[in-house]
Amino acid sequence: MSLLRNRAISVSGAIIVATAACAVVGPWISPNDYISTDFDRLLLAPTTAGAHLFGTDDLGRDLFVRTMLGIRVTLLVAIVASFVSLIIGVAYGAIAGFVGGRVDAAMMRFVDTLYALPFIFFVILLMVAFERNFLLIFVAIGAVNWLDMARIVRGQTLSLKEREFVAAARLTGVSTGRIIFRHIAPNLIGIVVVYMTLTIPQAILVESFLSFLGLGVQEPRTSLGALVDAGVNLMEGASWTLLIPAGLLAVLLMCFNFLGDGLRDFFDARHTT
Amino acid sequence: MSLLEIRSLSIRYADAVVVDDLTLSVDEGESVGLVGESGSGKSQTALAVLGLLPRQARIDGSIRFDGTELVGAATDTLNQLRAQRIGIVFQDPMQALNPYLRIGRQMREILVQHKLAHGNDVDARVVEMLARVGLPDAERQFRSYPHQLSGGMRQRVMLASALIAEPDLLIADEPTTALDVTVQAQILDMLEELRDNTALLLITHDLGIVAGRCERMLVLEKGRLVDAGATTSLFASPGHEHTRLLLDTAPRIDRADIPPPATGVTILGIDSASVSYAERGKERLQAVQDVSLSLRTGETIAVVGESGSGKSSFVRALLGLVPMQSGRVVYAGAPLEGPVERRAKAQRRDLQLVFQDPVSALNPQMRVHSIIGESLLVHEPLLSGGARLTRVIESLEQVGLDAGYLRRFPHELSGGQAQRVAIARALILGPKVLICDEAVAALDGSVREQVLLLLRKAQADTGLAIIFISHDLAVVRAISHRVLVMYLGRLVEIADNATLFSSPRHPYTRALIDAVPVPDPVAPLNKAPLLGEVPSPLSPPTGCVFHPRCDYAIDVCAVKLPATRDIKGSRVACHRADEIELAR
Repeated sequence: MSLLRNRAISVSGAIIVATAACAVVGPWISPNDYISTDFDRLLLAPTTAGAHLFGTDDLGRDLFVRTMLGIRVTLLVAIVASFVSLIIGVAYGAIAGFVGGRVDAAMMRFVDTLYALPFIFFVILLMVAFERNFLLIFVAIGAVNWLDMARIVRGQTLSLKEREFVAAARLTGVSTGRIIFRHIAPNLIGIVVVYMTLTIPQAILVESFLSFLGLGVQEPRTSLGALVDAGVNLMEGASWTLLIPAGLLAVLLMCFNFLGDGLRDFFDARHTT
Repeated sequence: MSLLEIRSLSIRYADAVVVDDLTLSVDEGESVGLVGESGSGKSQTALAVLGLLPRQARIDGSIRFDGTELVGAATDTLNQLRAQRIGIVFQDPMQALNPYLRIGRQMREILVQHKLAHGNDVDARVVEMLARVGLPDAERQFRSYPHQLSGGMRQRVMLASALIAEPDLLIADEPTTALDVTVQAQILDMLEELRDNTALLLITHDLGIVAGRCERMLVLEKGRLVDAGATTSLFASPGHEHTRLLLDTAPRIDRADIPPPATGVTILGIDSASVSYAERGKERLQAVQDVSLSLRTGETIAVVGESGSGKSSFVRALLGLVPMQSGRVVYAGAPLEGPVERRAKAQRRDLQLVFQDPVSALNPQMRVHSIIGESLLVHEPLLSGGARLTRVIESLEQVGLDAGYLRRFPHELSGGQAQRVAIARALILGPKVLICDEAVAALDGSVREQVLLLLRKAQADTGLAIIFISHDLAVVRAISHRVLVMYLGRLVEIADNATLFSSPRHPYTRALIDAVPVPDPVAPLNKAPLLGEVPSPLSPPTGCVFHPRCDYAIDVCAVKLPATRDIKGSRVACHRADEIELAR
């Protein structure tokens, strides 16, 4: 496949897949679990003894298993949130763009209104109203991300619907639904996929940020952001508690960004040759 | 020694050779035409001379300008030559001008950079140059931005920029391809008049341009020089079969096999159609006003006029792609009204459109078989997959392609193949009326011939009626039964092919015909082209819309709109149609 010949795509894709695989398999293989405390082994530096590959934290919990769980949560949040924003954003944007006129104006003003909500304030409100809940993170991130997607898709649709192949389809008698899903939507895939790979790191960042503030995942569960938060407090004397999760977070973010860039080049090239 | 000497020049990209062992020379003051179809490497050669090829290009051989080697030369050396000693005019002036800088500012740069003028002299020289290329009110244009000028005006600015430093060599790469024929004639005359001792390398696909204006011509085919010599002798006896092919496929307005009149029954009637668009909410742009037309089965009607004449709006309104402001369309005895989505299926099936640019008319994400087969899916939903595929293959064969193309994407097709796929899509439903909107304008000569042949064959087989929009009167001459001339949204003249071309009744028709370059070096050049350009349709002239550009205009023309009259087989809208003699 020519997709894999692009180095940015293949290398960053491989790193992401490998990390995700470790996150899934790691906790099963490790003899430790994420919740047991061992007060004889507080703040242990990374070691093979007792399979504490990433060391332990100030409660003596195994950091390898906790980090792997953190990656799971982080990736899950990112992917689910991006997927939600993809579905809502594409449908909303394509309909607004294709129908146009007043429908378009009304739909896009609604998007503008949601944009105007201060994000953190919105999250805190949600927390207050529904108590702390893992699901709320998805809702909060999804609610913000789809707005960008809708705007981008609408803009693309506006220009696509003026293209002559759409006029040709109208002349032949192709129905509006079929025009949107068969003619417009496939031509959006390039930009949507690219944008999605770029929103994933955004979502990761937002989740980490919320967890860092204590508004995200709650103890004893964890995420990369929560681990970084804990690590910051311990970094004097136990630097690995910060460096390992922060390093992994950085690597994942970079990989997703490179993947997005690579995909963008790939889709651009396919239509200019 | 020649001014420009290119020896064994080769240009390669990764795996493609675009210019192969090219040797040519241009002497001082000489005009040389570089002719070839798209992909023949003519523009690449020009870019190589200017040192503007992209980094990936591999260049071998030698390019010497006045003794200086340009291949591999330092940027400083090239900068000294470019603009100052080698001028360039590109095809698209909008791309070549910086939209954020005023015209005067862009042109000053050349003089200032090369220290050709100082202080107040700079502006004075720029204004003088703008006046010389025929920009009305040069002082004002000096302060204009590129978007405030029309395409023809922009190309004049490009010409002014190219010539302001009085270069020794001017390279013009398809300088008039994006312009109307009337403006093309103006620009080419201007070029001839202004270049004095400047040598000219004119790159074009249009033999008509080379014929009258170049002393020598060079013919390129797929990156190789296949023929060279004096223009008159090459036209008289081509040295290579490719030259002969180019000559044979160049349409000639002065000689054509005119199709015999069509004898079918009237199938489509359009009565006083008007189209207008809301422009920024305040004023309305009247794109088409009161145009009537009737079409018979088996007949081809050409619609011609400069850009902005409303040709496309007219057919799009009759198809229901844009709303018609007033007027009636009757198809096979029944009215055609409303947007295309609300029309009866059978009516939609019978009227099909082929667009100018096949690349944008084909969905880049669909394969050829689904592009062509989609209309069957809509109109014959009961057809089995296999039967549908058979029909798709049949229609591909009808346009001269085979089943091997079924699984290709549009970007895997050449321009000509893509246009044939678009025609196959239009023809698969067996339409009764086919509308071609500049359908062959983007195609090379030989491919255009094939496509026209294809349309004629479809017409002969099924009695297809064709509305053929074109700006190229030479093509129109060869294929149409009748011709409708439009100007600023109004009908100017309509007559059958022979009548219109031999004895036009409207001065505008005459001017359009005269502006078409004839690919024959011994044919006389028309040295009195139509002046000026099409006015903005937002504020059309009073009375006869053509009067400001008309040589025959009298007082009444400025105040009274001429009625459409029938005179000896022509329908014409001109106050003086019966008194002026335009036949030649």
